[in-house]
Amino acid sequence: MSYLQGRAMTGGYGGGADILHACSLAVDKGEIAVIVGPNGAGKSTAMKAVFGMLPLRRGTVTLGDRDITKLSPQERVKAGMAFVPQTNNVFVSMTVEENLEMGAFIRDDDFSGTLEQVYELFPILKEKRLQSAGELSGGQRQQVAVGRALMTRPTVLMLDEPTAGVSPIVMDELFDRIIEVRNTGIAVLMVEQNAKQALAIADTGYVLVTGENRFTDTGEALLANPDVRRSFLGG
Amino acid sequence: MPDSVEIINALVMLANFVIVPGIAYGAQLALGALGITLIYAVLRFSNFAHGDTMAFGTMITVLLTWWLQSAGVSLGPLPTALLALPVGIATTAVLCLTLDRVVYQHYRNKRSAPVVFVIASVGIMFVLNGVVRFVIGPNDQRFADGERFIIKAREFKRMTGLSEGLTIKVSQGLTVVMAIVVVAALFWFLNRTRTGKSMRAFSDNEDLALLSGIDPQRVVMITWLIAAALTTIAGVMYGLDKSFKPFTYFQLLLPMFAAAIVGGIGQPIGAIVGGFLVAFSEVTITYAYKKFVRYLAPEDMQPDSLLQLLSTDYKFAVSFLILVLVLLIRPTGIMRGKVI
Repeated sequence: MSYLQGRAMTGGYGGGADILHACSLAVDKGEIAVIVGPNGAGKSTAMKAVFGMLPLRRGTVTLGDRDITKLSPQERVKAGMAFVPQTNNVFVSMTVEENLEMGAFIRDDDFSGTLEQVYELFPILKEKRLQSAGELSGGQRQQVAVGRALMTRPTVLMLDEPTAGVSPIVMDELFDRIIEVRNTGIAVLMVEQNAKQALAIADTGYVLVTGENRFTDTGEALLANPDVRRSFLGG
Repeated sequence: MPDSVEIINALVMLANFVIVPGIAYGAQLALGALGITLIYAVLRFSNFAHGDTMAFGTMITVLLTWWLQSAGVSLGPLPTALLALPVGIATTAVLCLTLDRVVYQHYRNKRSAPVVFVIASVGIMFVLNGVVRFVIGPNDQRFADGERFIIKAREFKRMTGLSEGLTIKVSQGLTVVMAIVVVAALFWFLNRTRTGKSMRAFSDNEDLALLSGIDPQRVVMITWLIAAALTTIAGVMYGLDKSFKPFTYFQLLLPMFAAAIVGGIGQPIGAIVGGFLVAFSEVTITYAYKKFVRYLAPEDMQPDSLLQLLSTDYKFAVSFLILVLVLLIRPTGIMRGKVI
């Protein structure tokens, strides 16, 4: 059984129609799981469901051996999950260091060690630590956002399109960092628009279509699958 | 050509009637505008009850000051009101927290639009307005005691030999000292403490603050406490400097809002800049420059009129004009705050 698991999740926003239909996702510690699919497939929605930002009509979410289906997003943060939204994911008026400090808000212990680890992972942030996050480039902002999320020392890191709007070079750089995060034993679950590159680093890939699981396999196998290639990866 | 003594006389006169009162009034407005701007930054609405909250806090302080005075308590040269001030602040804080619990929290839970909060605050404004006038009456109340002047006009003339005097009141000096201390403490709190930073984070990006585990209830509570302290201090300083009249405090709402908006609402530094800008605009536009010009102009160019741009009765028009101009030309204000 995987460490983080969403099983047969069904639900939609408010009283509206269901967006997810018995969608299942799972990721283990030290692994990267990537959710890909066409626009409107419910990729971000599936991620939000796992994080408790979408009320589920049916289905469960478990973390370790704990059922967290009923927990609020805040309670899930305390349980060890960290979420990086796609947009508005930094405090623009605060410095880089203050952003990271706010990430560690729920910790009462000394977090200077974690701060150093984040600076080691993203050296540019140490350089810019007194600059306000709103003045940084898109790629640097994403690093702040990921760094902020890592400050709670999570066991699960969830990223909603971390490479949206950054250049290909920055994207490769970010993916390298995400691999490093995974290598520290964190479970990484991310939604990606750049499906090919994302699947290349994924231990598991989920192809969603209209809120349902269409293909689930290792990243490598999905990349090699002719059906997946033709329909979702542009040949 | 006017000689140098006449130039100095003119400058002393300007200092006496424009600069010193402007600084004191600016500091009072800045403290008031800071409260408005903090509430806007964290609770995301324009609190129309701010002026009457100010009146409430000042009223409590005035009543207690009278009681202390009747009991023979005195601070010597300083006004007794300083002793009553902490109680005034605490009572206003309790009032703000109660109102938040009874009124605003309901709308927060319903996730109402900001305009709903504004209208609710207008309601609270009327209620507080009535309560204050019911308790202390609508008239002017004096509660200042202790020494009145730091520098008296006559002493200044004797010391310098000038024909113009400079007066600095204790209340003016106290206002400025108090404002410096309070503002320094506030900025230290916002920029150096974990709680202060969490307030800024919440103001910057509410969703991300929630994701970081920042407790919104706590942030809201602390914001009310700070706003209550700022507004009561501003009100008591204004009352010591002039006098306490409930209706005047209600009217202060306009220059305070003008200050917060011209500085960039949601930006604490902007509120301070805005406070002084509005205060000096008001004072310089309503000041009669006749005597000032008389010192500087040659014999044959002496003015006959008062050289007053606007009667003091219309001083609120200045704030109003500033407000309209800023919203038309630069809605974000000087420090790029949020757009209302």
